[in-house]
Amino acid sequence: MSTRLFFVISLTILLLGCSKDQVKEDEPVEVTDLTADPASSSEDGAQTYGAEDDSGPAFSQLDDPQSPLSVRTIYFEYDSSEISSDYRSTVEAHSLYLQQNPSTSVILEGHGDERGSREYNLALGERRAKAVKQQMLLLGANSNQIRLVSYGEERPASDGHDESSWQQNRRVEILY
Amino acid sequence: MKNFTKLFLICFLLPPFKSYAVLDIKITEGVEEPIPIAVAMFGWSQSSNVAPIDMSEIITNNLARSGRFNVMDAEDLPQNPSEFDAINFGDWRKLGMENIVIGNLTLTDSGAYDVSFRLVDIYRKKQIAGFRIPTKPNLLRRVAHQISDIIFEKLTGIEGAFNTRVAYITVKKNNKKKTHTLHIADADGYNAKVLVESPEPLLSPSWSNDGKKIAYVSFEGKNSSVFIQDISTGKRTQVSKFSGINSSPNWSPDDSHLALTLSKDGNTEIYIMNLLTKSLKRITQNNGIDTEPIWSPDGKKLAFTSDRSGSPQIYEVAIKNGKAKRLSFEGAYNARPRYSPDGKFITLVHSTGGSYHIALLNLTSGYINVLTDGPLDESPSFAPNGSMVIYATTGRRGGQLAAISVDGRIKQRLGLHQGDVREPAWGPFLK
Repeated sequence: MSTRLFFVISLTILLLGCSKDQVKEDEPVEVTDLTADPASSSEDGAQTYGAEDDSGPAFSQLDDPQSPLSVRTIYFEYDSSEISSDYRSTVEAHSLYLQQNPSTSVILEGHGDERGSREYNLALGERRAKAVKQQMLLLGANSNQIRLVSYGEERPASDGHDESSWQQNRRVEILY
Repeated sequence: MKNFTKLFLICFLLPPFKSYAVLDIKITEGVEEPIPIAVAMFGWSQSSNVAPIDMSEIITNNLARSGRFNVMDAEDLPQNPSEFDAINFGDWRKLGMENIVIGNLTLTDSGAYDVSFRLVDIYRKKQIAGFRIPTKPNLLRRVAHQISDIIFEKLTGIEGAFNTRVAYITVKKNNKKKTHTLHIADADGYNAKVLVESPEPLLSPSWSNDGKKIAYVSFEGKNSSVFIQDISTGKRTQVSKFSGINSSPNWSPDDSHLALTLSKDGNTEIYIMNLLTKSLKRITQNNGIDTEPIWSPDGKKLAFTSDRSGSPQIYEVAIKNGKAKRLSFEGAYNARPRYSPDGKFITLVHSTGGSYHIALLNLTSGYINVLTDGPLDESPSFAPNGSMVIYATTGRRGGQLAAISVDGRIKQRLGLHQGDVREPAWGPFLK
């Protein structure tokens, strides 16, 4: 097994040569995940803490875990882009926030579960993101504050192959 | 069975040419009455050295894997003749053998090779086919595939597709980081090459019809965009990066145009891009999802997936006038069409609810014939001879590739050593 693996790896390295440079050219910009707490994400299990800055500017509503703005993911039913009424307050809150902060913009990232064809799911992911955008526009956000991206089924939140994973994957993420 | 596979791999790791299979292709079901054939060890001009390649082993594996032949084990052969006159017909007939392949590999003075082979009908004591093929050292495997193609066609009446390549995408997960890689390999799983590697998803590889380029979707710019990459040089160009979706590339039969799905005008629609001028022609006008365009073999139509009727179904549009008609009516879900090379069938992803299967839509009758068991089968693609469909299937070990003959009689598994494998695309015949 390890011999096979070795050959696979060594050949992969050998053959990478020409294409790698080209991939490098377009190396993507890292998107910062605002939902993660950078202070507590150490990999070796040790926790680190920063002394809180009490002289800083007024804290943004976005960081308040009690605010409906803290909900950043909207989940969908199978093959559907209808926003459940459960998310009404979430969409309202984000729309209002965008209205009050006209210089802030948001990316709506549409996703789907793995079932069926990948390209169709890519289109479905966009349709979900678009549904969220349309509601946000009706509720006061401005079109130039919202950008849509669909990843279809290519970036699952959960890698499983069952309904509980699929539920987590049919989603639109609101990324500030 | 597992031990056999291991042995098989070791055999290929030993020869001086370090070729190995990245994909293990196993036949899981063959035809009921496979054609008996023996492939004798090829003669080799430099008997003091080891032959650079085992031609008979490659041919044996190709024929066995096709599911249409019963190939005699090398150790059971009563003799290994390399010339017609050396064949002991009586011995072979006693064993019930009907066909034998014999051949010679010769190193020429210039350092090139001559490969000759004969396919002989044992009962009629007659040569069915015989060729001499001069070639270069790096093309010996390809010659073995070409010989396999000739044998296959002579005995089954179906054009062989051994001398072809397959593109596919693998995903490896290391901690939380995923690596997406687009590969191509020979149709027997050997000779694998990496074309692109990216931390972001890769999708929808599509071969140009001359077999020299591959178009694909990459998310490396934090959005989908379409690239065309030259296979031999690795050079690529980004041909579509509009806002919204840029996806589903498919080449016109003459490779002058690319059909695409774009959502730049607000909704996913199908467009045709002139690759010379980069100008776009919009083909669909519809509020539903329109995607997955595929050129008909005659170049006059595009089949595509649309949910304009409420669920995804297959439609066909005449490029000339943009008139679309619905082709699939059975089942709640029909998507990702691919025409058969003769244009008489479409293979697609079919679901009646719950699980997803590969199916064939008969364009004459309109009936859908389900080929695979599911539960999560996708991305079907015809072999260029139209006899097999390769597809991706999700099982306990994640994504794997499989192939099935259009009559459902032959089944193959194409297993990757590690990681997920998906999005297979069978390339055209190699020239």
